[in-house]
Amino acid sequence: MKILVFIKQVPDTDDVKLDPKTGNIMREGVASKLNPLDANAVEAAVQLKEKYGATVHAVSMGPPQAEDALKKALALGCDEAYLLSDRAFGGADTLATAYTLSLAARKIGDYDLLLFGRHAIDGDTAQTGPATAAFLGIPQITLASSIDVQDGYVICDRVLEASSQKVRARLPAAVAVTQEINTPRYPKPINIMKALKKPRYVWNAEDLGADTSRTGIPGSPSSTKELLEPPKRNADTKYFSGSAEEIAAQIADMLHDEHLI
Amino acid sequence: MFKFTEEQLMIRDMVREFTTNEIEPRDRDMDENGFDRTLIPKLVEAGLIAIHLPEQYGGGDGDTVTSEIVINEIAKGSASVALFLDAHWLAADMILHHGTEEQKAKYLPQVAEGKIFAFGLTESNAGSDAGAIKSVAEKQADGSYILNGGKAWITNSGVADYYLIMAKTDPEAGNKGISVFVVPKEAEGLTVGKFEKKMGMRGTGTCELSFDNIKIPAEDRVGPEGRGFMIAMQALDGARISIGAIASGLMQHAMEKAVKYAKERTTFGKPIYKNQAVGFKFADMAAKIRATDLMIWDTCQMKDEGQRISVEAAELKLLSSRWACEVTDDCIQIHGGNGYSREFDVERFYRDAKLLEIGEGTSEILRMVISGAVIGR
Repeated sequence: MKILVFIKQVPDTDDVKLDPKTGNIMREGVASKLNPLDANAVEAAVQLKEKYGATVHAVSMGPPQAEDALKKALALGCDEAYLLSDRAFGGADTLATAYTLSLAARKIGDYDLLLFGRHAIDGDTAQTGPATAAFLGIPQITLASSIDVQDGYVICDRVLEASSQKVRARLPAAVAVTQEINTPRYPKPINIMKALKKPRYVWNAEDLGADTSRTGIPGSPSSTKELLEPPKRNADTKYFSGSAEEIAAQIADMLHDEHLI
Repeated sequence: MFKFTEEQLMIRDMVREFTTNEIEPRDRDMDENGFDRTLIPKLVEAGLIAIHLPEQYGGGDGDTVTSEIVINEIAKGSASVALFLDAHWLAADMILHHGTEEQKAKYLPQVAEGKIFAFGLTESNAGSDAGAIKSVAEKQADGSYILNGGKAWITNSGVADYYLIMAKTDPEAGNKGISVFVVPKEAEGLTVGKFEKKMGMRGTGTCELSFDNIKIPAEDRVGPEGRGFMIAMQALDGARISIGAIASGLMQHAMEKAVKYAKERTTFGKPIYKNQAVGFKFADMAAKIRATDLMIWDTCQMKDEGQRISVEAAELKLLSSRWACEVTDDCIQIHGGNGYSREFDVERFYRDAKLLEIGEGTSEILRMVISGAVIGR
């Protein structure tokens, strides 16, 4: 089995700051990390590899620094890494990103399964995985909270708001996983040492044979008009006194007065 | 500054994440309730429990720098857990460096699988004066030994599966009459006494051991007869780097808490760090931490190059353990009355720090090692 897992490097901070001039997220001086849901996708791929045998190929589109997320994926058990990096890819929306990722999938070729995290915690669109599957013309399963492969099908549980589904799709297929699917392991130090010796490739627009009117900003029908910082939450501390029952009653009254219950 | 490799930096980040998630949240509870055994499978799973052993034994193939990165990062979340790991390695190292191929094949994979090892040299009446130990392993006609006596202050006791015990095989020969033996926790005649009520490092198990006619087969003696003191001292050289790495981690952990507190706490209308009396304390702390770090990585590099490090490791431990006491003391002072309370963490760090001046060679013994080298040069 050949599994491609698509990952993204995201800012490692809960305190995102915006550049007041450009309105973009300020990335300078902010540490980066592997998107947490993509870590779930990598873990799912590696578990399938351990169960059935597979080669796992990690793919990321981004600036040269995105190599760090790929190195982590290699330390977690992926076999090869592909960085899609070119100025022509910059500023891509989900459509242009999915187009670029689909070219990489075709170039790697012979894939059975494409894995994505449900969404990236910076953009939060959850569109890139499904759109990539659409470009490739393969079935897709989103919101997967479990995954298994049997007899040429991928079988997943999908947890929805009021129900759950068990669905299957014929391979090759794409699956976007939720954080419930597994608990990502820590990369063992010995695997970190081995990771940096595994094959890593960097592909640009030319390598992919990309039509650059469909990548990056030119290929993006949507653009961000304005980014706003989330409203600051003002925590208000109240102290109660009395017996446990009295305090509970006071809390209930307060929540009622604030229309929270 | 010492340059880490890319692998080492990635490993540092990984251990940092592991420590934040798995270790730091347990430290306060372990201070109250002792070592948390549920950490052992997590340390095994994360590939940290035997990172310093060769891969053929299930280890992580880490060099000294990489191994001490692990100790240093873990100590930023819990000095006790770092000390637990240090003692585990100290005992296992004796088998790695002096064991037979059979002993290595039998015991080292267990080190990596989460069987815990402890190092037993100190006795209630012999600590710094190791040649004065009274435990005796008497050789029998069939080549086996009968061990009698006891040990005190043995880190990981009660937790350990195997004890590496130093005992006299020739009671008249002083340091040259000591040999090393592997004693499994099930050994008939081994009694693990009650937990010591220690001041700090309460997240590690420390008990007395007593030996009543324990039969030890000849194949469980590690190294030649009479070489035990040398084997133990060599292992302790490495462990003294670990004490430096623990000191640095503990200082950083304490300073981090104090910086946070000094930004939040206001007096006279401003955060207390804006008072020079408080701000300058951080200057001294930062300088001590950096100096410690430079000594740690330099000594590690020397060890990886195969150089002797007895003096350098002693110098590192001597200074860093004193500084750990000073830094944690300053951190309590910055916290004021809150620092004296168990509601805050720094009083625990202060109690933990004091062990570093005593365990694995007191500062006085270290001064003997260092001054001996200076005068002898």
